Amino acid sequence: MKLIMAIIKPFKLDDVREALSSVGVAGMTVSEVKGFGRQKGQTEIYRGAEYSTNMVPKIKVEVVCDDDLAPRVVEVVQQAANSGAIGDGKIFVLDVGQAVRIRTGETGETAL
Amino acid sequence: MTISKKLCGAAAALGATLATSMPVWAQEAAAEPTLNTGDNAWMMTSTILVFLMILPGLALFYGGLTRSKNMLSTMTQIGAATALAMVIWVIWGYGTAFGPEGNKFMAWGKYFLAGITPDSLSGTIPEYVFVCFQMTFAAITISLVIGSVVERMKFAALMVFAPIWLTIVYFPIAHMVWAEGGLFFDMGALDFAGGTVVHINAGVSALIACILLGKRMGYPKEPMPPHSLTLTMVGTGLLWVGWFGFNAGSALGANGSAALAMINTFVATAAAALAWMLVEKLAGHKPSSLGFCSGVIAGLVAITPAAGNSGPFGAIVLGAVASVVCFFAVSKLKPMFGYDDSLDAFGIHGIGGMVGAIGTGIVYAPSLGGPGAADYVMGGQLVTQILAVVTTIIWSSIGTVIAIYVAKALTGLRVSPEVEQEGLDLGEHGERAYN
Repeated sequence: MKLIMAIIKPFKLDDVREALSSVGVAGMTVSEVKGFGRQKGQTEIYRGAEYSTNMVPKIKVEVVCDDDLAPRVVEVVQQAANSGAIGDGKIFVLDVGQAVRIRTGETGETAL
Repeated sequence: MTISKKLCGAAAALGATLATSMPVWAQEAAAEPTLNTGDNAWMMTSTILVFLMILPGLALFYGGLTRSKNMLSTMTQIGAATALAMVIWVIWGYGTAFGPEGNKFMAWGKYFLAGITPDSLSGTIPEYVFVCFQMTFAAITISLVIGSVVERMKFAALMVFAPIWLTIVYFPIAHMVWAEGGLFFDMGALDFAGGTVVHINAGVSALIACILLGKRMGYPKEPMPPHSLTLTMVGTGLLWVGWFGFNAGSALGANGSAALAMINTFVATAAAALAWMLVEKLAGHKPSSLGFCSGVIAGLVAITPAAGNSGPFGAIVLGAVASVVCFFAVSKLKPMFGYDDSLDAFGIHGIGGMVGAIGTGIVYAPSLGGPGAADYVMGGQLVTQILAVVTTIIWSSIGTVIAIYVAKALTGLRVSPEVEQEGLDLGEHGERAYN
């Protein structure tokens, strides 16, 4: 099993969700996060006082799938979240040791 | 029958004495001291509108500008100072400002509103309504001062500062401006709705108070952005709406002077809001919502002394000029001197008030569309206006120093660094604004 963690632009969430559904991903976890990479931060000005914030709001999508599906998931997320501009985000793929469905106690890929 | 006749007679006599202690514009209307129900209905409405400016208007405006950890503290300080001002107003405030005996600087008598009955008249309205109307002015002025000291002043310190400040600063200056025999009243200073009494007074006191109190921890290095400009915008709207009571109500009747104040309160403010955003744009920033709100307040402050003393176009110019001056005061002057006037009570109310008070002497001229007489001498009036401004600055500075040091001796003035870090909502009130 693989954990695919994608940091994307907030307005790309719907596209990514649809793309994941189309390849058969049945569930995901989404969180609002902040961070920075190559994209510059934003400058806020209140009555002349300038604050530059280097943390940019992003969405983190986490999906766990079986090993065979993982390359396909990465591919569709990469395409759906791509706007061609700096700050589109990153995708990380991690190995998952175990998965348990809490309700039934099923483990492994059947729990996904 | 005889008793009620006597009472009426006494009330009429009282009304007559009071009429002489009224502003000029009220005196004209008060030739015959009889109750005018139209005037009364408008003045009761105006009084409630001014109250709306404080709660929830100013509370939301200031609250939105603070950090979320100090939201309740800011709003509670405004609420409690307002409530305290009301109680004090009845006990000795009204007597000190508008009592039957007095000199140039203060009055006395009528403590606990002694002698006032439902039949007592002040001009063409019941004296109780006049008492209430003026009470809301005292309450909003002390509330405005809080703008510079939020996020670090102890609640207890404010509760000590407020009554002393009202007694030695606000009541005497209200007397000087609005009571016959008062210093500025006799000088002939033009102040329609309280530009000196309320705004210069509150603004200058706020500046002195924030300097004595010291900066917030981390200012100006640490970012302290407003936590909700949405609420600030809501508060701004309520302030603008309520200000019609403040300005048009200061005509003390439902008359033409109130009508002039009303249109000026619309257009000066509109011009000021646009001017602020325009200057932001010219300064290389974006036209912002906080800029809009700040412009609105700057315009309202500036038009306050000129509300019934300017033509509508004069008001537009005055509002726009005040807005530009205030923009530089808050974005350039404040960083240059490094004081932490947290919500710009001085930068907008103090500076805007001064521009308004001096500008009133200009826009009053009939040649500029103002309501002044044909023989109006601008130069002489300007000197009078400036003298009134300077006297107010000196008086409120000295009074604020005294009130702050008494509060410091009794309460320590400032919250501990731990409370300041954690926020005054938890540290001073044991609550959180948002859960």
